[in-house]
Amino acid sequence: MSAGVRRKLRSVPLYVMVWLVGIAMVTPLLYALVSGFKSTDQLSDNAFGLPSPWVTSNYTDVLASGSFWRMLGASTLIAVGTTVLTVGAAALAAFALARFAFRGREVLFTLFAVGLMFPFAVAILPLFVLLRTFGLLDNPWGVILPQAAFGLPITIVILRGFFREIPGELEEAATLDGCSAFGFFWRILLPMARPALGTVSILAIVSSWNNFLLPLLVFSDQTWWTIPIGVQQFQGQYATDIARVFAYLILAMVPALAFYAVAERQLIGGITMGATKG
Amino acid sequence: MASTYVKDPTPATVPPRQPVTRARRPLARRIVDWLTPFCFTLPALLLFGALVLAPILYALYVSLFNWGGFGSPSDYVGLDNYSRLLRDPVFLGDLWRGLLLVLFSVCVQLPFALAMAVLLNQKLRGRALYRMLFFAPYVLSEVITGVLFSMMFAPDDGLADRVLGSVGLDGLGGLWFADQDHVLPTLFLVMTWKYFGFHMMLYLAGLQGIPAELHDAARIDGAGAWQRFRHITLPLLGPTVRISVFLSVIGAIQLFDLVWVVTQGGPDHHSETMAVTMFQFGFKRYQIGYASAISIGMFLISLVFALIYQRSVLRRDTQGALTTMRASR
Repeated sequence: MSAGVRRKLRSVPLYVMVWLVGIAMVTPLLYALVSGFKSTDQLSDNAFGLPSPWVTSNYTDVLASGSFWRMLGASTLIAVGTTVLTVGAAALAAFALARFAFRGREVLFTLFAVGLMFPFAVAILPLFVLLRTFGLLDNPWGVILPQAAFGLPITIVILRGFFREIPGELEEAATLDGCSAFGFFWRILLPMARPALGTVSILAIVSSWNNFLLPLLVFSDQTWWTIPIGVQQFQGQYATDIARVFAYLILAMVPALAFYAVAERQLIGGITMGATKG
Repeated sequence: MASTYVKDPTPATVPPRQPVTRARRPLARRIVDWLTPFCFTLPALLLFGALVLAPILYALYVSLFNWGGFGSPSDYVGLDNYSRLLRDPVFLGDLWRGLLLVLFSVCVQLPFALAMAVLLNQKLRGRALYRMLFFAPYVLSEVITGVLFSMMFAPDDGLADRVLGSVGLDGLGGLWFADQDHVLPTLFLVMTWKYFGFHMMLYLAGLQGIPAELHDAARIDGAGAWQRFRHITLPLLGPTVRISVFLSVIGAIQLFDLVWVVTQGGPDHHSETMAVTMFQFGFKRYQIGYASAISIGMFLISLVFALIYQRSVLRRDTQGALTTMRASR
């Protein structure tokens, strides 16, 4: 046997292994997608085969309902609001924490960094009481503001690491040309940090999009429900109509997966950056 | 020049140098110098203080009361909530289940993620596609993941039981989430499906940073694949592995969404986590004081773990910037 063939044979188990894992990853998604094209009766008789006939009503009913689109809108608005606020406030703070030497800087940074330890669940009770007091329940700000606050630590940690790498000569040159601190930040630092800003924005969007606990508690009526709440409600409402729930799940995944397909590189870059710099 | 601010080239682990002053600058000047960076941090500080720190401190305060959530807390009970916590079999069970999840993650999920990262770091056909596929579940919300798998593992007509039935293993099917003994392993399976790709990505990023020359040199010296992995890859991946373990432990301590959607902590508390118990007491039974004590407990456990881990495990990785301790201390 030639060495080439032997090498090929040696890599067969690798392929098999990766294949198996791939199948395990895809199966649930594929099964949900195909099941959505069956009626629930058909699904119980014919679980594995292709739909016959193909039933599109599960999907079209959801798409024709106003509520799905409203949730999509609410999720989008809340994600964008959260992201603008998080990245704006974090960029300003990261600038100060990265490029100034001032008393109390490390204490401040440590304070923010310890915030990485706070999950929503820890603060959700008092947060709820606070939001109730300020009349922010059933108001998108009641979700946007806390999400932005909880998003600050990771965003500041990543941006600070990035801002430190921008050479000091640039800053000196800008200062000599009469640039104020804010001018340098606005005109030079931010444009240069565009990739990092993109990365933290994507992290903020994904975590806002998927947040469940906070919107669940803040929105008691449907007006501002986000997609995850919609999913939970829909499952409760159509518990017996499995095929319909599958269709809804698939449609609820599409925006996130589409976003992932577009922003994959940035997202992965951000995660690895956050993990190594943070 | 509006304000002189001093460039600080020191790495994060060294405290900032005080600005070099030739003569002592006038007080007004120094106040301006201090105010400028302070103003920059102000928006973040306000947001963070009002919506993260204040709630935590408030939870600490409320946890000393017996309070139903209406009016203001008045029935002061000192540390009673905490002593009740330590006697509460459900909470102690939460701790045990949390520990199991952590062990599962660190001993099963992470090695699996590492193995996959090593595989996908080689020249495989379709490598990019696998990478993208394994990481994809990370962007799905836990709610969607939870509902999806509660349907996959539905007794009898879920996909899992049908597959088992079709190969004649009906006896093995049936219970999954509905059974006390199987609920945690099933939950763990779902967590692995959702999160292993995330850790795999971290490891892949770490593997990219290992110079190929090292492997080449070892190969020339006659080291086998296992030896190269053991003596080159693993040690050099150290920092990445340590971060990934850290994230996975913190994640396990704070698990909520997935459990809430799938089992609400059932059957009979067998999949309950600290966050779920807190939610039950806070928003279902209105024992806000007691629920706050659980929150604080969760926070303390996370914090203590983080500090110990930081001091003992991450000390060598100067980049771990949870606190800005100097490694030499």
